[in-house]
Amino acid sequence: MTFFRQAGAIFWKDILVEFRTKDALTSMLLFGLLVILMFHFAFEPDSLETERYGPGLLWMTFVFAGILGMNRAFAAERENDSLQALKLAPISWGAIFLGKMLANLLFMLLAETAMLACFALFFNFDLLPRLGWMSAITLLGTLGFASVGTILAAVSMNTRMSDVMLPILLLPIALPVVVGAVESTAAIFTDPPGEALGFWVKFLVVFNIIFVTLPLLLFEFILEE
Amino acid sequence: MSALATITFTAMLASLYLVFLYAPTETTMGEVQRIFYFHVSSAWTSFLAIFVVFIYSVRFLATRNRDLDTKALSAAEVGAVFSTMVLVSGPLWAKPVWGIWWTWDARLTSAFVLWLIYLGYLTLRRLVESPEQRARLCAVFGVLGAVDAPIVYMSTRWFRTQHPQPVIAGGEGSGLDPQMRLVLYLTFLAFVLLFFYLWRLRCDLERTQEAVESLERQAQLREAS
Repeated sequence: MTFFRQAGAIFWKDILVEFRTKDALTSMLLFGLLVILMFHFAFEPDSLETERYGPGLLWMTFVFAGILGMNRAFAAERENDSLQALKLAPISWGAIFLGKMLANLLFMLLAETAMLACFALFFNFDLLPRLGWMSAITLLGTLGFASVGTILAAVSMNTRMSDVMLPILLLPIALPVVVGAVESTAAIFTDPPGEALGFWVKFLVVFNIIFVTLPLLLFEFILEE
Repeated sequence: MSALATITFTAMLASLYLVFLYAPTETTMGEVQRIFYFHVSSAWTSFLAIFVVFIYSVRFLATRNRDLDTKALSAAEVGAVFSTMVLVSGPLWAKPVWGIWWTWDARLTSAFVLWLIYLGYLTLRRLVESPEQRARLCAVFGVLGAVDAPIVYMSTRWFRTQHPQPVIAGGEGSGLDPQMRLVLYLTFLAFVLLFFYLWRLRCDLERTQEAVESLERQAQLREAS
């Protein structure tokens, strides 16, 4: 099996497992909805304020919902003690990372799509004309975040208090991707789009190149024993 | 006393003399500006330390020599101390000069994030049981954190350029008096020596601790049998 087919098999396995229980997806979605509810009562934003604080709110929600989801990334392996079996499989460990990372990416993107729809609905925000850019930025921001998140979920899985450990390790490392994503989202929330858009999108691309490659190379050191 | 200890001690004394007696008093800020030499030197040293963590983490992953892990850990701990000094001396200087304790300036923000990365690293160390696994996981996080640190700096700097400066505009980098620059460089040199001295002490301490632990284990085994 080639590397990508191996990764695809892991990806598919995680999707099947997730869609049987829907643990990660439900928790991410409910969490997102609750944050939007809280946001309304905390700030009661008018349309200008929605434009101003919306990008930050969205990405804060994406990030914390993502952490909730990623804490479950290795839950199946841990609860069933099947990590050993996964490691014994005749596949590259990098492929395990890639498959898991892509699965996390997909779950986050699904939850984010629903959150974006709810955000547009509850705050009467016209997302449709910005949908192209918004999808691109969401994809880029989430990719980098999911990649660093997946490897750090694997690190924190091995610690006591793994649920707390993941955000402690992940948030400082993921700060640049959050900055880039919030800034580029803020640029498309104004009409016409801000000049900074191109710059921050490029920044996200560079961050992704570094922080998808690096975990791919480092992942095998975590599984080893 | 070792040669390094003697040199460090002399250099620290010399830098105290230079900072308090040789360096001219800054015209607008007055005496309080002298904290600048310690503040900036600590900041540079804390970045040097994360670089040392990076080198030894990579070397550890490549060779699995436990002593390299001891060196990475010790550099991170001493780096955390210097990083804390940055965060303490910064507000002490900012309050009388700018009238505020904190500003989200790129350098301050990245020093803060670096401190969080150090703390994440040290927390991770305490929460993994097996020493061998602890070394591997920390090395992986050390590499990610060290690669992230300059990116955090760049992203916060670019973030700033898109936003208005809060209180003051320029930094101390612009047009530094030659006498002041000399004092700064020599103080930095003294701090680098101090870093290497503390680092060596910390490595020795860790090795002693490991030796004690292994002796204790042997004694327990002997008792059991």
